[in-house]
Amino acid sequence: MDKIIYLDHAATTKCAPEAVQAMLPYFTEYYGNASTIYQLGAQSKKAIQNTRSKIAESLHADSSEIYFTAGGSESDNWALVATAEAYASKGKHIITSKIEHHAILHTCEYLEKRGFQITYVDVDANGIVKLDELEKAIRPDTILISIMFANNEIGTIQPIEEIGRIAKEKGILFHTDAVQAYGHVPIDVEALHIDMLSASGHKLNGPKGIGFLYIRKGVKIRSFVHGGAQERGRRAGTENVPGIVGLGVAIEKAFSGMEERIQKETKMRDYLIERIEKEIPYCRLNGDRVKRLPGNVNFSFEFIEGESLLIMLDMKKICASSGSACTSGSLDPSHVLLAIGLPHEIAHGSLRLTLDHENTIEEMDYVVDAVREIVEKLRAMSPLYEDFIKKN
Amino acid sequence: MYSEKVMDHFSNPRNMGEIENPSGVGTVGNAKCGDIMRMYLDIDENHIIRDCKFKTFGCGAAVATSSMATELVKGKTIEEALQVTNKAVMEALDGLPPVKVHCSLLAEEAIHAALWDYAEKNGIVIEGLEKPKSDIHEGEEEEEY
Repeated sequence: MDKIIYLDHAATTKCAPEAVQAMLPYFTEYYGNASTIYQLGAQSKKAIQNTRSKIAESLHADSSEIYFTAGGSESDNWALVATAEAYASKGKHIITSKIEHHAILHTCEYLEKRGFQITYVDVDANGIVKLDELEKAIRPDTILISIMFANNEIGTIQPIEEIGRIAKEKGILFHTDAVQAYGHVPIDVEALHIDMLSASGHKLNGPKGIGFLYIRKGVKIRSFVHGGAQERGRRAGTENVPGIVGLGVAIEKAFSGMEERIQKETKMRDYLIERIEKEIPYCRLNGDRVKRLPGNVNFSFEFIEGESLLIMLDMKKICASSGSACTSGSLDPSHVLLAIGLPHEIAHGSLRLTLDHENTIEEMDYVVDAVREIVEKLRAMSPLYEDFIKKN
Repeated sequence: MYSEKVMDHFSNPRNMGEIENPSGVGTVGNAKCGDIMRMYLDIDENHIIRDCKFKTFGCGAAVATSSMATELVKGKTIEEALQVTNKAVMEALDGLPPVKVHCSLLAEEAIHAALWDYAEKNGIVIEGLEKPKSDIHEGEEEEEY
């Protein structure tokens, strides 16, 4: 293959050309500040409102409940820190899970240092949050439950509706980090009883540096960025109008053909999983087979290490990712893979392939052949494999 | 992030494999941290390392440092091989990213472990060789708990 095979869509996606085209005039022609009184500024304001309405519609929310941010991490930080502060008089206990993104986990650690207590609920072997544990963790002083919609590494889709119902019954706020899910699977904040939801533009073929936080009307949440009246006084800073316009186009595209895309991606995903399981021995699919994002594949290959695998895939122009320690910059492999019970050495040998609708079955074939060949090569080099073969 | 030399030794590792009935073999590292290196030595009666082979479970830097270490000790006397430090391995590879320095330490330890095994098998003492730790992450692990 001459061209790059991009299978790291959970990391980021290509910005849709239509989104880029729509953004361009907002750099050089319609550059007015949306807070101004003249026509040029009003044009920007209109563009912002347009995307806001599209987001609201896509979530079954009201456009006054959508707040633009610089991306998923900011939305997560804001949702947690600002609610914690606003509701501290009611209680200082927050429930989350062990497999959240670091934007949540590190923010929780920050809050712990400031007197909040956090319960990190376990997941089962497939990476699904244990609802009974979550319910047991609820205390009179619990103010917030934050559980991701779908996991970024192993793709598991969480029982959001049940969690939303539990939170609602107990009168606890419910936030979900939907960065991996928004624009990929349908989300209805009303039906699912979601009070806050984080999303990011660049995960759905929108531009980087733009995201939003949905905040249900009535939720007390203070400003996170101070200094202006933008976003109804809750998020200061001149709006990233080109980003917002690009996000709007990306959302329109994502939601208009969602059903067909889900079908196409799921088919490719399951084909990839089937071939890998059939052709590469000593592998393990991580995550749930069914409750899974349409584009996510995550395998562990025994006796090999993930970074080596990634470098060799890169030599074959395949972009992928791993949960090995060497790719995380620490000695520990991914916290998600450890949370689903993988031993360290197996977690080190993980490979995440995240596809989208523009990938093809031919590419999947090329990738399986490449992975099989590389895994064989690395196993031939592995003292762990040598020991295993000699023992058996 | 890796130098060309690291990439070269990773893509075309030298002396990868096993030696049957080796004079000495040593395994260091631990799977928990994601690196295990095994060195095989074939040493002649004049204490010269005739052959050296490795097997490694680990990242690109782990494979490259093992490969380079085998190159550096092959044909050397035991005494010379003992002088092959992690620094020498790193320099020969035109450097490693800071987070990968431990891989070069592992390569040095693997050679020492194989030499130790050779010394034990033959009932000799190699001056300057200390019993290698079977696991260079041992200390770190203890700190965790």
